Amino acid sequence: MDPSPAATRQRGRVVGGADRPRLARHVRLTFDRTRQRHVLLHPETVVVLHGTGAEILQLCDGRRTVAEIVAALAGRYRSVPDDEVRRFLDRLLARRWVELADGPELTDG
Amino acid sequence: MDSPFGLLAELTYRCPLGCAYCSNPLNMADYSDELATDEWRRVLAEARDLGVLQCHLSGGEPLLRRDLVEIVAAAHDLGLYTNLVTSAVGFSRAKAERLRAAGLDHVQVSIQAAEPAASDRIAGTPSFRRKIEAMGRVKELGWPLTVNVVLHRLNIDRVADVLALAEDVGADRLELANTQYYGWAWHNRAALLPSRAQLDAAERVVRAARERLRDRMDVLYVIPDYYSRYPKPCMGGWASRQLTVTPNGDVLPCPAAQSLPLPRASVREHPLAWIWTDAPVMTAFRGTDWMPQPCRGCERREVDFGGCRCQAFQLTGDAARTDPVCHLSPDHDMVARAVEAANGERAGDRPPVARPHLAR
Repeated sequence: MDPSPAATRQRGRVVGGADRPRLARHVRLTFDRTRQRHVLLHPETVVVLHGTGAEILQLCDGRRTVAEIVAALAGRYRSVPDDEVRRFLDRLLARRWVELADGPELTDG
Repeated sequence: MDSPFGLLAELTYRCPLGCAYCSNPLNMADYSDELATDEWRRVLAEARDLGVLQCHLSGGEPLLRRDLVEIVAAAHDLGLYTNLVTSAVGFSRAKAERLRAAGLDHVQVSIQAAEPAASDRIAGTPSFRRKIEAMGRVKELGWPLTVNVVLHRLNIDRVADVLALAEDVGADRLELANTQYYGWAWHNRAALLPSRAQLDAAERVVRAARERLRDRMDVLYVIPDYYSRYPKPCMGGWASRQLTVTPNGDVLPCPAAQSLPLPRASVREHPLAWIWTDAPVMTAFRGTDWMPQPCRGCERREVDFGGCRCQAFQLTGDAARTDPVCHLSPDHDMVARAVEAANGERAGDRPPVARPHLAR
């Protein structure tokens, strides 16, 4: 029933370059026009995103790998430290706000 | 002053359950003139303009509102994250599908214990089986599921069973919330307040489960503030992040604040933005200027905001006093005595009284 088989294999995981991250289904990324910021919405919490956080998450579609996300951001900024992106995703993974789909590309969206 | 993040929309105080720990107002008749669908639409739009991002649809039992699907659709169309807080009585397959189509984001289902007879006894009505079915329905339709259980003297010893049940139904989040003593719960305090030994045992079980389940389920444990050294940071500060709209359109910083002697502010008479910014019910305890000693000089004044105004009022008759839960409060003995009684020989002698049924 859980549409994310990957969610059961993530104990203590950290994000690797071949992983394909996506937002957990109970989390929504949206733009808040009152605060003029992107925000992550969760049943009990709102996280106001600063800097490149929103741009990273907009690329987390379960298809792109972390390496591809870093490359896409590098096209927009002079320097995007690979480990900074991973650390950001690690933190969200630990909170179960991001899920990882590794291995073959997902087809179920 | 910041914009609020969350709106607690209390659609009705009518409820099919009669829980002994109910914290809703006792003066039900004052809330029977419920806001109409269009009034809720306007409130939701005003809340969105004010910066609200999350809408918790609660009560009472929100499913008793015949227009719940329309209200959810309105909130969803405004871009709000919508959360249904329900007893699950009335959460039929057909209703669930309509709510899904309307864009409902998340469902929180309450259950009163992990065992049918105990759950039904505490709820005051046979409801356990329907709740389990509803939880399955939430998962089937692809929603994230939060299970909420209010803990107290009569069910806290079986918290391991509650955790197992939440795991069985595939809950994404489990909220274990110790009873807060407002409304009807206040009258049952002596019967509901657990002993220290009960709490210690429960906390060990919860800690172990949290570790075991950490990649599958968030386990939230709301401590019983009577046993804590400092008060809870109630609502993250008075009228700071959240607002509540009651069934008849009164606006409050939190649902319990209806008990305080403050002038009413209604969405039927004023724009929500004005109420949030200027209404006395919102400004009375906002920030730190209102604080008496020992809060005023305390380094934790912006950590716990002096605790809960409603609890201060309930216990001392003065909403501007330090929350008596705090060990630094001059009124702390009022809490200490209740805790002492909960650990004494006669503790739990009298069973709690179920709240009279409210669904009509």
